[in-house]
Amino acid sequence: MNKKMRAAIIGPGNIGTDLLMKAMRSNWIEPVWMVGIDDSPGIQRARDFGMHVTTSGVDGLVPHVLADNIQIAFDATSAYVHAENSAKLTALGVIMIDLTPAAIGPYCIPPVNLTSLLASGVKDNVNMVTCGGQATIPLVAAVSRVQPVAYAEIVATVASASVGMGTRDNIDEFTRTTASAIEKVGGAQQGKAIIIINPAEPPLLMRDTVHCLTVDTPEQAAITASFEAMIIEVQKYVPGYRMVNLPIFDGNRVTISVEVEGLGDFLPKYSGNLDIMTAAALRTAEMLAQNLQTA
Amino acid sequence: MDLVGKAVTLHDMSLRDGMHPKQHQISIDQMIDVAAALDAAGVPLIEVTHGDGLGGASVNYGFPAHSDEAYLNAVVKTVKNAKISALLLPGIGTVDHLRMAAACGVSTIRVATHCTEANVSRQHINLARDMGLDTVGFLMMAHMVEPEQLLAQAKLMESYGANCIYCTDSAGYMLAEDVTARISLLRQELQPETELGFHGHHNLALGVSNSLAALAAGANRIDGSAAGLGAGAGNTPLEVMAAVLDRMGAVTGVDIFKLMDAAENHVVPIMDEPVRLSRDALILGYAGAYSSFLLFAKRAEIKYGVASHEILLEMARRKTVGGQEDLIEEIAYNMAQAQAR
Repeated sequence: MNKKMRAAIIGPGNIGTDLLMKAMRSNWIEPVWMVGIDDSPGIQRARDFGMHVTTSGVDGLVPHVLADNIQIAFDATSAYVHAENSAKLTALGVIMIDLTPAAIGPYCIPPVNLTSLLASGVKDNVNMVTCGGQATIPLVAAVSRVQPVAYAEIVATVASASVGMGTRDNIDEFTRTTASAIEKVGGAQQGKAIIIINPAEPPLLMRDTVHCLTVDTPEQAAITASFEAMIIEVQKYVPGYRMVNLPIFDGNRVTISVEVEGLGDFLPKYSGNLDIMTAAALRTAEMLAQNLQTA
Repeated sequence: MDLVGKAVTLHDMSLRDGMHPKQHQISIDQMIDVAAALDAAGVPLIEVTHGDGLGGASVNYGFPAHSDEAYLNAVVKTVKNAKISALLLPGIGTVDHLRMAAACGVSTIRVATHCTEANVSRQHINLARDMGLDTVGFLMMAHMVEPEQLLAQAKLMESYGANCIYCTDSAGYMLAEDVTARISLLRQELQPETELGFHGHHNLALGVSNSLAALAAGANRIDGSAAGLGAGAGNTPLEVMAAVLDRMGAVTGVDIFKLMDAAENHVVPIMDEPVRLSRDALILGYAGAYSSFLLFAKRAEIKYGVASHEILLEMARRKTVGGQEDLIEEIAYNMAQAQAR
């Protein structure tokens, strides 16, 4: 029996609650604390699930970190408060998994660079990029591991109902952070990100298109095999991640589209964009836990 | 309809919406030539950017012949009296592009969102207003919501600092009564100093008459395009609109004969093919699909051997919004697979 790593979740909103429900099933992570700022429905839900809760923000968690052996904290609040949350908890030796766009720590796309992040010794903070980044950067990397990619562009189409006020209020942060991670993690020389919000009812599943322009003529068979292998890796934590049709090759352009259906834990299934964030964050924590256990 | 003495601001789209039928390949010299002709005709406001707005340069929408910055610099230097506007779609362009456009000397920023998603425009509208720019909130595909819903979204944009709100008929779907219902409600409920505009597409041949309905209901800015150069069947033909307004005694400040010259001698010659009300364009207007899907559907027709108007019908059925061009190839592929079975 593994000794589970004990975790806190900061932010009892939709994302935090979905993450909690996933973490409660984990063989490697034991969620212990839910941190909020008022007695919200999310805090009440966490209490019902048997969590310790505080409504005093991270300051309410700090006195319990050592006694409760909290080793990991997920931050599902906002970029504005993440820096402060991170400073207070990492000082106590907690590793932060940042679901906000703050990006203090290195970007983490689990099937692409988590192993190398672990090998290089993750210090105290990793950032989960954006929902669009989690859904598409594995596919950019699937091409760039076969041959150099001069330019990669992603188009994320998401249901209006799945886009929260945090993203809406600073949508530029989505495009900038995703584009930057397409380059830094995806391995493209230049990255661009586009997000389209569609209000149709019933809500559509998250759909992502990735366009890569390769430096030389694309090696079709190798790229197709690389896509298939990468999709299997993502499906390990997001079972509803699937390719739509076959990849398109047109000159030096490689285009692939995927759909992302969520597990429907707390968030509805169509919001695969949110599900892939919580699933990737938990996956990161689990691999961290396995790594520490076997180290 | 009495428009005698009504002041109307005509806004030309040929160098922005017109980038769609030109596949974003208008040359700098052509931009300068058209802008100079529009300026000489007294057109007060000319939009210049990639068809999908600032930052639209992409695989998904097409790479332009030149950067937004190069186009804007060239046109700003060319015009003597006209002001220049730039379009920005949050999710495609960012405030960095907005700052660049302002530095190039644009006077007007139009921040465009789908008609239900105005709250993604706060940071861009805030910034444009803080920079002292004429700031327009541009609600696209406005036929897809009821007037009351459109009003709620318009109020958000107004609260962020937009001094003008557009009802944008991106699909060219609206009938005059649809325009009247939307503009009248906006006029009743928004601040009296907030200007209202209408952007039409000519897909049901209603560009001019819908624009007149908008003016009668309280709008004062009208988008159109010299010779209609724009997505779908094109925009409201600006020289026609100006001539009709002249007959009706409205005040545009435009020399209608010089504007006809600009359309005939400067815009028509740069068309790759005549902008006309083709079957594809009619389907856009009839079914309510985003006008710039047209050329993508035509290319998919050639590649996959399926009818472009069938693709466009399916795009409308799926309630797609502006920017979903990447779905066209998937739909065409699926239709081709179904045909083969």
